[in-house]
Amino acid sequence: MKHTLTPQRYLILLAVSLSASVGDTLLKRGMGQVGTVDMQHLGLLWHALFNPYVIAGIVLLIGFFASYMTALSWADLTFVMPATALGYVVIALLSHFWLHEHLSLYRCAGILLIVCAVGFVANGPSRTEHPSHADLDLMDSGVGR
Amino acid sequence: MLAPTTLLRSWSCILFVAALAIAGECLIAAAMRSFGDLDRLRTKSGIRGYAGPIRAVLSSPIFLIGALCMALNFFAMLFTLSIVELSLAAPATASLTYIGNAIAAKLFLRENVDHRRWLAVGFVCAGVFLLSK
Repeated sequence: MKHTLTPQRYLILLAVSLSASVGDTLLKRGMGQVGTVDMQHLGLLWHALFNPYVIAGIVLLIGFFASYMTALSWADLTFVMPATALGYVVIALLSHFWLHEHLSLYRCAGILLIVCAVGFVANGPSRTEHPSHADLDLMDSGVGR
Repeated sequence: MLAPTTLLRSWSCILFVAALAIAGECLIAAAMRSFGDLDRLRTKSGIRGYAGPIRAVLSSPIFLIGALCMALNFFAMLFTLSIVELSLAAPATASLTYIGNAIAAKLFLRENVDHRRWLAVGFVCAGVFLLSK
């Protein structure tokens, strides 16, 4: 059985790779505004829940978990994993263009490697098919040959 | 140079975090696989139709144990970050989780991890280490 992903499923995989990294970046930005949380200032955590960046980050992370589980319902774990790895690339690019961090040659090479890895896996089948007993009996009986 | 005991403690923390992540992801993947395409569980169209899939997922014990592992993983990572530097802990746990997931998916989920996927595992681990430089 051949598996081709519908455009809707590609959108979900895109959401998996984008939402986690953008959500983490938003949390990082929000917590930077809230200030350092330690054992003496645990009340700040409650305060953080009202920061718009933190709220947006939490919403995106919930969205990540929902889209990740949806993807796992129709694809292999080893197929979805590279999509989450693409998130590292998005974080590196976001920190370069949004937070103006330096992008070294090493990091560019790392981005290239991860993008290649995603390409390898995306070209393959998305799901391992285990033939059921009925299918195997059908094959044994010679039908469909 | 770090003392051997500190090194041992750091790496056992990292291994523990990775092990929890692998267990959590495999259990959640196994649970989701048992449901099949979630769209088929939808009872109505529109936003209310999502009640069916959400109820099915939340009543699955395998999923709940997996989610518990992921929650423990989060707190174990917080603890690890208090004794290990982020620049070592983040890429090390990410790569170990990645390799472990591929092995566990082959052994327990019976996924067909072909040469393409093994190559991807190697590339991602190398990429993560380069990104952390």
